[in-house]
Amino acid sequence: MLKISDLRKKFTIDNGVDNHILNGLNLTVDDGEFVTILGNNGAGKSTLFNLISGAILPNEGYIYLDEKDITFMPEHKRSKFIGRVFQSPMRGTAPNLTVAENLALSYGRQNRKNFNWALTKNLKEIFRDKLAEADMGLENKLDAKIKNLSGGQCQVVALIMCTIKPPELILLDEHTAALDPKTADDVMAFTKRIVEKDHLTALMITHHLEDAIAYGNRLIMMDRGVVAYEFSGAAKSEITPEELRTFYHLKEG
Amino acid sequence: MSLAIGSLQLGLIYSLIAMGIYISFRVLNTPDLTAEGSFVFGMAVMTISTVNGHPVLGIVLALLAGGLAGLVTALLQTKLRIPAILSGILTMTGLYTINLMVMQGSSNLTLLGVTTIYDLLGGLLPMDFEWAKILVSLLFVVIAMTVLVLFFKTNCGLCIRAIGDNEMMARSSSMSVDLYKIVGLMISNGLIALCGGLVACDQGYADMNSGAGMLVVGLAAVIIGEAFIRRRTILAGMFSCLLGSVIYRFILALAISTRIFPAYAMKLLSAVIVTIALAIPAYQYYKENYQLKKRDRHA
Repeated sequence: MLKISDLRKKFTIDNGVDNHILNGLNLTVDDGEFVTILGNNGAGKSTLFNLISGAILPNEGYIYLDEKDITFMPEHKRSKFIGRVFQSPMRGTAPNLTVAENLALSYGRQNRKNFNWALTKNLKEIFRDKLAEADMGLENKLDAKIKNLSGGQCQVVALIMCTIKPPELILLDEHTAALDPKTADDVMAFTKRIVEKDHLTALMITHHLEDAIAYGNRLIMMDRGVVAYEFSGAAKSEITPEELRTFYHLKEG
Repeated sequence: MSLAIGSLQLGLIYSLIAMGIYISFRVLNTPDLTAEGSFVFGMAVMTISTVNGHPVLGIVLALLAGGLAGLVTALLQTKLRIPAILSGILTMTGLYTINLMVMQGSSNLTLLGVTTIYDLLGGLLPMDFEWAKILVSLLFVVIAMTVLVLFFKTNCGLCIRAIGDNEMMARSSSMSVDLYKIVGLMISNGLIALCGGLVACDQGYADMNSGAGMLVVGLAAVIIGEAFIRRRTILAGMFSCLLGSVIYRFILALAISTRIFPAYAMKLLSAVIVTIALAIPAYQYYKENYQLKKRDRHA
């Protein structure tokens, strides 16, 4: 269970003016919940992800994962049990290493044995099976370099890297936004499959209203650094993209 | 003939510095200028150790000395967040004093009449001393290559490669980036210092100024080797360091033996060779654009 209480983050701009990005955000996500997050630019969605993953530290407030206080835990320790997939396909993978090597790196992240061989036949078999599940022809590309894959394949590899050892929480940061519509649908479908199969707890930022409604079991809308609206259950399945659209840009309105 | 043998010998020894530079420049993707300091550091440590009758211990000490230099640079880079180039320059500058201290204040120490590692191992071999030296150097190169290739197949080695490739990914895959950078730079500088130590034994003296330009020499070997070997695996990389280093020595020997250049032109030649090699991608880019612009005239 992820529990965020009164989280605040401000950035100081050059001229000394404080820019308050998160203003006391509260959020509780139960185990196995798949939450989609909407919000206009600057609402604090990415800042929230950066705080959860430990890339930056909050000014106030606390983050608990499974009753553990992880607010100030270093990023590389958190990433043992928090997976993150980024918008850019190139960000979550090492482009000049092969698919198998990338998977080996993330496979070992919870318990890395520094002086064991990184790749064994056994491991490669496990990776091949995992890649075959995605149904994108990746199982024959174990020894291909990541930079020779398409954007969609790259994101699938990044997703598998995050989930090959099921994490306690997975953060999806607009991970289909850079893909063409058809590939984006494929990757979303694969995401759903993985999340459901391993009963993962997931947060997904998206600007795609249809996706936000279609996927997950709860939808939250962020505005000015807090959770402004929340929909779950019937309310979520009945809402239309047009209705959602009216909740945007409250600042101006 | 003796020129060729000499070049082969130098090429073999200097391939170690090429491998060290390959690890920092290519694998870790950090420009590490510590090389010029750690080279002399290894030289000084090896010479003092050999003069005091411990040539084998000298090898271990040279490796450790280089590792220490690498550790300092890596700590400056990671913990104090000083830019990579500046970290290297700081360590290199500081090492100048350390090296003088190790060499007990003199800028030049001779190994004349002292049993070096070459005398020790080469004496066991039933052949001409020149060839025995080559075999001993080859032994060091083969050991270094084997250890490195195997090391980069372990998880630790793979992490070092990943950090050079995409540091952000490394962090989100739960790697302690600082730790692996430190290990990488220690190995790199350990090799460079070992190279310095062997050079001292080969030429029979240690000199404070022999570090100058070493970085370019190493880089030249890496680049020349990569022009011949196109594969980009660690094994291929190690072979290209070896091949590049030997070819580089032959080019220099040829250039100097034609008597067009005096012996002291070596550094300038090295710089020019590296510049030409580095300019090839830019040249290809201009050439391609030039041809594209000219297409209408041919139509």
